Amino acid sequence: MGSVVLEGVTKRFNDTIAVDNLSLAVADEEFLVLLGPSGCGKSTALRMIAGLESPTEGTIRIGDRVVNDVEPKDRDVAMVFQSYALYPHMTVRRNIEFPLRSRRVPAVERDHLVADAAESLGLTDLLERKPAQLSGGQRQRVALARAIVRRPQAFLMDEPLSNLDAKLRVQTRAELVELQRRLSATIVYVTHDQVEAMTMGHRIAVLEAGVLQQVAPPREVYAEPANLFVARFIGSPPMNTVEGRVVRVADSLAVEISGGRAPLTPQLARAVEAAGLEAVVLGVRPEDLRLGHETGVAATVAVVESLGHECHVACRLPDGQLVIVRQRAEADAPKPEDSVKLIARPEALHVFDSETGTRIRPA
Amino acid sequence: MTAVVADRVVSARTKWKERGLASLLLAPALVIFGVFVFYPLIHNVYLGFYRSPPFPGLPSRYVGFDQYRDVLSSTDFLQSLKVTVLFAVLTVPTGIALGLGLAVLAHQQFRGVRIYRTIFSSTVATSVAVASVIFGTLLNPQVGLLPWLGVTTHPPLLQNPTWALVAVAVVTVWQTLGLTFILMSSGLQSVPDDLLEAARVDGASAWSRFWRVTLPLLSPTIFFAVVIGSIFAFQTFGQIDLLTQGGPLKPGRTNVLTYFIYTELSRDPGKAAVLAVALFLLTLMLALAQVRLLERRVSYDR
Repeated sequence: MGSVVLEGVTKRFNDTIAVDNLSLAVADEEFLVLLGPSGCGKSTALRMIAGLESPTEGTIRIGDRVVNDVEPKDRDVAMVFQSYALYPHMTVRRNIEFPLRSRRVPAVERDHLVADAAESLGLTDLLERKPAQLSGGQRQRVALARAIVRRPQAFLMDEPLSNLDAKLRVQTRAELVELQRRLSATIVYVTHDQVEAMTMGHRIAVLEAGVLQQVAPPREVYAEPANLFVARFIGSPPMNTVEGRVVRVADSLAVEISGGRAPLTPQLARAVEAAGLEAVVLGVRPEDLRLGHETGVAATVAVVESLGHECHVACRLPDGQLVIVRQRAEADAPKPEDSVKLIARPEALHVFDSETGTRIRPA
Repeated sequence: MTAVVADRVVSARTKWKERGLASLLLAPALVIFGVFVFYPLIHNVYLGFYRSPPFPGLPSRYVGFDQYRDVLSSTDFLQSLKVTVLFAVLTVPTGIALGLGLAVLAHQQFRGVRIYRTIFSSTVATSVAVASVIFGTLLNPQVGLLPWLGVTTHPPLLQNPTWALVAVAVVTVWQTLGLTFILMSSGLQSVPDDLLEAARVDGASAWSRFWRVTLPLLSPTIFFAVVIGSIFAFQTFGQIDLLTQGGPLKPGRTNVLTYFIYTELSRDPGKAAVLAVALFLLTLMLALAQVRLLERRVSYDR
């Protein structure tokens, strides 16, 4: 297995910039997830690694070799497509051995490798079938088998689970993680699904409008988002973000928002003061909020959604902004139109520069 | 209970209503087909049972299947059949290969590709008559392109026993190329891009991507083009009439079945009727055989 490194990679299609000055290093045996909404450039980035698109600027390295001018077939990577891209006129066996035949691997070795790949993905009994005779999950596994059969330096996966139903997706997610560990594979995995990113990736690279926002392990991306975009993109329901102003309260700072004030920790207050900010966006995760009655930010309950194991209470601040509170199912759920107070620990608050969207790190 | 029975009554009634509506909607097509296709077809078989009189004005004589046997075993017919089959063999595979080749070229992304696409498909808008006149002029031994290029044959190409059929085949391939090109282009467009991309990443060269992915996925289109092309070839008439009139020599080296029927029509209508029935059966058998034989090898599943 090998590493994949992008240095200052830009891709322009006529006037639109699909990928903007992307630098990213995927370590050997790392499972890196490229995450972002549709059209953010994540697939283009992957296709450039595969060699299906050529970068307008920058260099791409696979292993210890610059591959900018190397044909896809000589890059020693395998790709799994969203549509699986199985050859419909070939049997499962033929599909899996296609990369080996293309590389003129001798028949004996070929049969051996195909049998191995098929066995590790539970396809042994399906080898003589055509793709049309397989279920979605089986096709997906054939696509994976075709990728692993020749042990490439890296695997490139473009939303490989998005055509599966919800249940199968959860199962396949776990299988992919196991497969990655067993093969010690380097994987670059593109998805728009934050749950896939959080559960599978060693690190997540968040992309928006072609620009890399943050690269960090899932836990860090969640707990310390680099900016408003990442904060709002990760988490379900997403982080609450409310516009506010920095005010001085006694010897510390607080953020004044519609309905009340939220005091900041001394560390965060120092950092906000150092940045000299006045207009900010206050962020807090739904699970870090609690409903009370005495002190806190005043709000009115709008909607209560019960999911069985938990409950989402959507509250409106006096100026109409929505804030979601996530409660355990057994907690007393309020009723719509109830007046409540929103309470959060100061440590759970995030402050973002309202102009740039950058998160202020506690000093 | 009553509700169920009532339901059934209603559904039976709607069924009849639907059938009535279906026949009503089919009627115009059935009338046209009946008058212009089915009736002439059956009447033609019937005409074949009557031998035409040696002199016009005398009554035709009923001879049953005798005329069918005589005509179908005659050397005239066998020669014409040979020419027809040879013509199909000359035109169909060449046409498809050329159409596919041009379609592959025009499928690439390069500057001005639209102009080429327009040029390649332009012969669709050219009638057989126009094509024949163009090539008739080009091949003309006095003013044509070939003598200008210094190529001369004796006798001239269209009167040359060896080359006349080939010349007509070339005209036909040229004239049908637009259609074949459009067919093949649409076939190519239906080959999913990500399959070819997968093959690229999987290590297949451009050549092997074409043979192992594109061509198999194109087989339904090629199959269709073979069937249609063969049927067209068996029904070729205009080029022959305008360029060679079935000649040169006797029996005519370009005397395809349709032209043979046409010339016999005024001379011996009974014989022409038999020939027409033979052509119909040949075309039918050809279509059925191709559907049966080729369909097994074609991969339709996506």
